[in-house]
Amino acid sequence: MRSDRNHRAPLALKIAAGAGLLFMHVPIMLIFVYAFNVEDRTYQWPPPGLTTQWLAVTWNRPDVWQALTLSVKVASISTAIAMVLGTLCAAAVSGSRFFGRETISLLVILPIALPGIITGISLRSAFSLMEIPFSTWTIVLGHATFCIVIVYNNAVARFRRTSGSIVEASMDLGADAFQTFRYVILPNIGTALLVGGMLAFALSFDEVIVTTFTAGQQQTLPIWMLEELVRPRQLPVTNVVAMVVVTVTLLPILIAYYLTRDGDQIAGMGK
Amino acid sequence: MTLATVDRSAEPAILPSRSALSDLFWRRPKFLLVLMLLPPVLWLGIVYLGSLLALLLQSFFSIDEFSGLINREFTLKTYGELLAPSNLDIIVRTVTMAACVTLASAFIAFPIAYYAARYARGKWKALFYLGVMLPLWSSYLVKIYAWKLILAKEGILNWVMAKLHLTWLIEAWLGLPVVGGTSLSLSLSGTFIVFVYVWMPFMILPIQAALERVPSNLLEASSDLGASPGQTFRNVIFPLALPGIVAGSIFTFSLTLGDYIIPQIVGTSRFFIGQAVYAHQGTAGNIPLAAAFSVVPIVIMMVYLWGAKRMGAFDAL
Amino acid sequence: MTPAVTFQQVSRHFGQVRAVDAVDLEIQPGEFFAMLGPSGSGKTTCLRLIAGFEQPTGGHIEIFGESADGVPPYRRNVNTVFQDYALFPHLNVLDNVAYGLMVKRVGKIERLAAAEDALKLVKLPGYGSRRPGQLSGGQRQRVALARALVNKPKVLLLDEPLGALDLKLREQMQEELKELQQSLGITFVFVTHDQGEALSMADRVAVFNDGRIVQVGTPEDIYQRPRTRFVADFVGSSNVVPPDFVQRHAGQSRWGSLRPESIRVGAAGGAGVAARVISSHYLGAATRLALDAEGLRLHAVVPAGVPVPKQGEDVTLSFSPEHLHLMDEAGQ
Repeated sequence: MRSDRNHRAPLALKIAAGAGLLFMHVPIMLIFVYAFNVEDRTYQWPPPGLTTQWLAVTWNRPDVWQALTLSVKVASISTAIAMVLGTLCAAAVSGSRFFGRETISLLVILPIALPGIITGISLRSAFSLMEIPFSTWTIVLGHATFCIVIVYNNAVARFRRTSGSIVEASMDLGADAFQTFRYVILPNIGTALLVGGMLAFALSFDEVIVTTFTAGQQQTLPIWMLEELVRPRQLPVTNVVAMVVVTVTLLPILIAYYLTRDGDQIAGMGK
Repeated sequence: MTLATVDRSAEPAILPSRSALSDLFWRRPKFLLVLMLLPPVLWLGIVYLGSLLALLLQSFFSIDEFSGLINREFTLKTYGELLAPSNLDIIVRTVTMAACVTLASAFIAFPIAYYAARYARGKWKALFYLGVMLPLWSSYLVKIYAWKLILAKEGILNWVMAKLHLTWLIEAWLGLPVVGGTSLSLSLSGTFIVFVYVWMPFMILPIQAALERVPSNLLEASSDLGASPGQTFRNVIFPLALPGIVAGSIFTFSLTLGDYIIPQIVGTSRFFIGQAVYAHQGTAGNIPLAAAFSVVPIVIMMVYLWGAKRMGAFDAL
Repeated sequence: MTPAVTFQQVSRHFGQVRAVDAVDLEIQPGEFFAMLGPSGSGKTTCLRLIAGFEQPTGGHIEIFGESADGVPPYRRNVNTVFQDYALFPHLNVLDNVAYGLMVKRVGKIERLAAAEDALKLVKLPGYGSRRPGQLSGGQRQRVALARALVNKPKVLLLDEPLGALDLKLREQMQEELKELQQSLGITFVFVTHDQGEALSMADRVAVFNDGRIVQVGTPEDIYQRPRTRFVADFVGSSNVVPPDFVQRHAGQSRWGSLRPESIRVGAAGGAGVAARVISSHYLGAATRLALDAEGLRLHAVVPAGVPVPKQGEDVTLSFSPEHLHLMDEAGQ
C-alpha cells in the first residue's frame, strides 16, 4: 500500500490510532512523574509535590545495587553465550540444506513460543532432579536458552540478505576458512550480531518469569521489583528503580533501531 | 602494464597447505556443519528439551495423599485431577481471558497498524515504528507497576473520573457479577486491562507487516469496481490482514495463557493456569499436578500453532 | 606442453542428477577457451570444479600437471569472475581488488599499489575509494576482473561475466576481454550460453549438453562442421536435414546440416530444390526467408542487393554439395 501518500487518513482512523498510541505511552510516562513524588505512602494523584530526594535515597541502597549488579552480570553472560550459540546455529542453517533443518529452527524458537512459566518450571524440576543447587549459573542457564532465538533470528535475516557467492569469492581469492570468517563473514553480519546482542541483553535484563524458578535466594533487579509489587514496603525507592529499569531497557532498543535503520527491521520482536 | 610484464610460468598452480583444519572443512563440509550445530543443539537439547521431558515425565507420576511424597509410578491419575471442577474452572477462566485479551488487542492494534502501513511516511513512519517498539520492549514489571499506580483507589483513573463526574460509572461496573469486585485493581476487569496493555503491542507489527504487503492497486481495483470504502475493508483489506492478526494473536494468546504475575498483582484471588502451576510446584509441593497443569498450555498452543500455520500466519511473522 | 587444465573422466553427480558425466577435456596454456551450452548442461559445474567450489564425484582434475584432488579453492592459483560479480559490499573498490593479496599477507603499500595498477588495467583508475554499491553494472564487472587479475592467476575463470550487461556494453567488453587475454597471456576459461559470444571470442569452444561435452573445436569447426544435430541446432540457426534429403542430394543416408547463408535462392523452374516462401524477415544487412521445400522447413539468408522473393512465391533452392555437412550421429 504505497501510493496513498496523496490521500488523507479518515478522522476516525486518526483518532483511533492516536488513542492507541496514547494508551501505550501514558502509563510509562506516569512512572517518570511518580519517581519524583514527595508522597511516600500512597499512590495519590496528583502528586502533592515533586522532589529529587528519592534518587539519592535509592543510590545509597545496597540491596538495589546488589540486584542491579546481579542483573547486569546475568544479562552479560547470557548474551555472550546466546551470541555464540545463536550465530553458530544461524550459520549452519543458512549455509546449507540438510535433513532436520526445520526441526532445528523449531527447537531454537520453542523456548519463546511456549509460555515462560513452562521453561521456568521445566528447568526447576530438572535442577531438583539432578540436585543442582541454585546459583547465578542456574539463572544464566535459563536466560541464555531463550536469548539464543533473538540472536539467531537477527543473524538468519542477515545471512539471507548476504550473497552466498562472496564467501566463494573470498576462498577463490586465497582466503582459507578462518580468514574468510574474519574478513568477510564477520564484517557482513557484525551489525546484525550487535543488534541481536543488544536485544538479548534487554530481554535478559528484564526477565522475571523464568528467573523466579531458577534464582533461589538471589535477587535480580526484576525479582527485587516483583517483591515490591507483591509486598510494597518502600514506594519511593520502587518508583525510582522502575524509572531506571525503563531507561536501561530502552537504551539498547534505541541503539538497535539506529543500527538497523536502513536495513531490515529488528528481527524477533516477539520477545 | 605491470601485470603483463610479470613472468608467471615459474609459479606453482597449486599452493602448499597453510591450515590442515581449514582444508578439512572444505573436504568434509558435513564435518564443519556438525561442528557448528553441535554446541547449540547440545545446549537446547540438554538444557531445554531435557528439562521439558523431565517435566512431562513428572506429569505421569502422582502424589501420595497421606505422606505428600511423589509416587514414581506411571499413572494418569494426575491428569484425572485436572478434570476436577475447581481445576477445570481455572483452565476455562484462563482460556476465556486469553481469548478476550486477544480480541481486544486486535481491536486496538488494528487502527495503529493500519495507519502506520497506509498513511505514515518517512519520518512519521519511523516515529510510529519506535512508538510501537519502545512500549513493547519496556520492562514488563514496570508496565504492571504503572497500572497498579493508575488503578489504585487514590490513583489517576479515579481522579479523572471524579473530575468528569463519572465515578458512578465505575461503581456500576464494579457492581456487575464476574467482572466486578471491590475495586478495579481487585477485579477481573483490572486483570483484563493490564493483560491487554502488556501484550497488545505484540499484535501491531505482524498486522502492519501483513497490511504492507497489500498492493495499493488492489484497493484501487476494488473501488474502481464500485465497492464502498466499507465493502473494500470487509472484502479486501480485512481478509488480507487476517494472517497478520492470527500471527499476532499467537503472542497475545500464548503470553496470556502462561502468565502468573499479572493476575497475582492485579486481580481477584481466583487462580489462572500460571498461578496454579506456581502454587502447586511451590508451597503445595505437588510437582506432578503442576507438571500436568503446564501441559495444558502446551497442548492448547500446539493446536493453535497448527491452525495458524494452516492459515498462513507464519509468513506474516 | 603441459595442458593448463586436464579433466580425466570427471563426473559430478548430485544424487540422481548427473551435472557432469565422465568428461574428458584438455585446455591449453594461454588459450581462450569457451564452454558453451544451454542452462543445466553442466558448463558452470565444470567451471566450479576447476575453481574448487565443487569436488568431483569421480575422475581426476589436473591444473598445469598438478593434481587438484582434495585441494580447496584458496590453494589453487586460479581465480574467478563471478556471474553476479560477488564484490565484497563492506569493502571499497581498492580493498576489494587488494583482498587476494591481503590474505596472502602482502604488505599494505605493495598490495594497494598493485590494486591501483589492476584498476588502471581495467580502465577504472581513481575509483578505489568508492563502494561497490555506487558503481554501475559494467564498472562492477571491471572491478571483479581487476580483483581476479591482480593475483596473477594461472587460469582465469569467467562465469557468464557479460550476462547482466546491455548489448552495447557487452560488445565493448567482449573486445576488451579478448585484448586483455592476448596481452596478458593468461589462460581464460569462459562460460556462456550465448553462441555468438563463444564463437567471436574463443580460440576453442566446448559445446555441453546433458553433462557431457558434445564437441570441442575451433569456432569455425563448431560452426561449419557440427558433429551432432544438437550442436548444429544450438550453434547458430543451421538447417538440420534428415537422412532421406541427404540421400537425394549427396548420396548418403545420414543427417546433415546446411547453413542458411549457403543456400542460394533462384527463380522457380531452375535446377535444384523446388520451394515456396512462407515468410520473410528483413534484418538490415540481409533478409531471412522461411521456406517450405519438399515438406521440410528451411531457412535461407538473402544478402542485401539481391532481389527478394515475395511471400507465397515459388522459388528454386541450390547449394554446393560441400556446404551440406554430414553429421556423425543422429543423436543429441
